[in-house]
Amino acid sequence: MRGISKAYMVLVMVFLYAPIAVLIFFSFNAGNSTSVFTGFSLQWYKELFQDEETLSALYNTLVVALLSSGISTVLGTAAAVGINKLNKWMKNVVMNITNLPMMNPDIVTGISMMLLFVFAGSILGSDDVLGFGTLLIAHITFNLPYVILSVLPKLRQLDSHLVEAAEDLGCPANKTFFKVVLPNIMSGVITGFMMAFTLSIDDFVISYFVSGPSFQTLPLRIYSMTKRVVRPSINALSTLIFVSILVLLIVINVLQAKDEKKAERRRRAAK
Amino acid sequence: MKNKIIDLHNITVAFDGEKVLDGIDLSIEDGQFVTLLGPSGCGKTTTLRIIGGFISPDSGDVFFDGKRINDLPAYKRQVSTIFQRYALFPHLNVYDNIAFGLRVQKVPKNEIAERVAEVIKMVNLSGFEKRKIDSLSGGQQQRVAIARAIVTRPKVLLLDEPLAALDLKLRKDMQVELKNIQRQLGITFIFVTHDQEEALSMSDVVVVMDGGKIQQIGTPEDIYNEPVNAFVADFIGESNIVDGIMIEDNLVKFAGQKIRCVDKGFGKNEPVDVVIRPEDIDVVSPNESPLSGLVTAVTFKGVHFEAIVDVDNFKWMIQTTDMIKEGQEIGLLLNPDDMHVMRKSEYSGMFGDYSSFSDEMDYISDPDYVEDEESEEVAEAEE
Ligand SMILES: Nc1ncnc2c1ncn2[C@@H]1O[C@H](COP(=O)(O)OP(=O)(O)OP(=O)(O)O)[C@@H](O)[C@H]1O
Ligand SMILES: [Mg+2]
Repeated sequence: MRGISKAYMVLVMVFLYAPIAVLIFFSFNAGNSTSVFTGFSLQWYKELFQDEETLSALYNTLVVALLSSGISTVLGTAAAVGINKLNKWMKNVVMNITNLPMMNPDIVTGISMMLLFVFAGSILGSDDVLGFGTLLIAHITFNLPYVILSVLPKLRQLDSHLVEAAEDLGCPANKTFFKVVLPNIMSGVITGFMMAFTLSIDDFVISYFVSGPSFQTLPLRIYSMTKRVVRPSINALSTLIFVSILVLLIVINVLQAKDEKKAERRRRAAK
Repeated sequence: MKNKIIDLHNITVAFDGEKVLDGIDLSIEDGQFVTLLGPSGCGKTTTLRIIGGFISPDSGDVFFDGKRINDLPAYKRQVSTIFQRYALFPHLNVYDNIAFGLRVQKVPKNEIAERVAEVIKMVNLSGFEKRKIDSLSGGQQQRVAIARAIVTRPKVLLLDEPLAALDLKLRKDMQVELKNIQRQLGITFIFVTHDQEEALSMSDVVVVMDGGKIQQIGTPEDIYNEPVNAFVADFIGESNIVDGIMIEDNLVKFAGQKIRCVDKGFGKNEPVDVVIRPEDIDVVSPNESPLSGLVTAVTFKGVHFEAIVDVDNFKWMIQTTDMIKEGQEIGLLLNPDDMHVMRKSEYSGMFGDYSSFSDEMDYISDPDYVEDEESEEVAEAEE
């Protein structure tokens, strides 16, 4: 029985990671082929960093990711504070509305947003609205629920007497938010930001529909590269993206684990 | 006469349509140690929160130093609170917790340092300035909470069962310390507890509450010796409460006997409740007193014996240093000032009969007791 379950685990891992392993392996290929390994080299990485289009796509990705995750963190935290103050019934309604876009298939979200942007553009008298602005708005939109979901539990755990204690000591409500509430929900805010950042770097489908030809992100760049002659530098670029996302996810997990330990210690100290 | 620092006028508060405070009238003089005493859920915390400004009353007025403060937000009130579970800021160390109020009020830095050092000394926390809150024991957290609340020099300090979480020894020490701090600062303390002994030993004034109403306000001696109704008599200490009829001034009839007392001012033949404290009853031989009964249980309590005596099917509790045995027939002698006569109230007949009394009662009759332990075990097993 144990043998079977072990074999099963290995099989799952192979299926999940074999494609990525092959991709990483061939990104170091000295030859031109994507199927025959002729020796180790970093030439494809070199080529990548000499390609202007790729570099500008990298720059665009980072700008959109930073801006969209930053803005959605601020908006999402504010929203979470508001939602936390609602009564139970309203909270459920609002949370369901918030969660719905996460369940929605990306392609539906992407197409509907594109239609909305084009429609809004036509009202404003422009027939070329798709680009940086629309991409940013779309990223903020799909990031928001993740920020809310990571901040809300921290707010719920916050002892409501802390806020009262601050007021009691002469602190008005808005100051209390920055001096007492924010430091105590910070771990949730940071997790939310990191998640938003990761999702934003990662996104292809929605970006594909809402961005115009003038503005490319890395995933879009990879896609456009595959449409021409497939060069091994795609492997190198994909490897880099995979590794960055992996690092981000590990950081998020480590942060969460640390935070849980801290909460556990506090719970024990309170007893 | 000193001025009134806090004045509550006819305060009413309801949660979800249920009245939690029902016409509270309370005047508190400056510099007093006032205790709100009552069973769980009687509205003590709610009363404190009205004064602190965390809830506003549905009707009625709150005055502070003669000014109506119903609409003054909590952060503008010269009142500090020590919360039931301290509510210390977990992201700040001891020093920063205590300095919080002063920093918010933009007190100059060197003055903050001085004042914080002063209160840290007062609550015996020297050397703990840099410690994290979650590294402190319950008693130390308690001291930080006190220091944080008094460093802003409030005129009134509200304390919501500050000692409830401490063990008995620490509790006694802190009672003395709190009393000292109050004397040193000379400010008003409004202290909440449901421990009657704590209330009697610490307070200038005790406010007994039940069911959202104030039952009695008075000095500890008044409350103990002259309770206004059966609830107060029963809640403060042990008491036998029997039905009686006030024949005339200074003469009351109960247990079939007419007995001299010191109470007057009742109607002729008015039905009353008569309170007799167990320690006031003298044990004599049966023929020396009109009141006599059979001893049904005796417990040795160290300083005295505690006995249940059946007098005409009404069970009395007596405390005596005389040696008595179960099954013995004894006489109960009462001096006129051993009795306290009260008007009938909604609480008449509910308290003061020891027919179902037993030491283990509290724990046997608690249905949650065993269940709790079981569910805890289940929870542990699940983890
Ligand atoms: N925010 C609230 N919403 C609904 N009911 C409440 C609220 N706060 C208090 N109550 C109810 O009001 C009543 C009085 O509560 P309060 O906290 O004042 O009692 P207390 O005397 O402090 O009791 P304890 O000794 O248990 O602390 C209780 O029945 C409680 O359930
Ligand atoms: Mg309470």
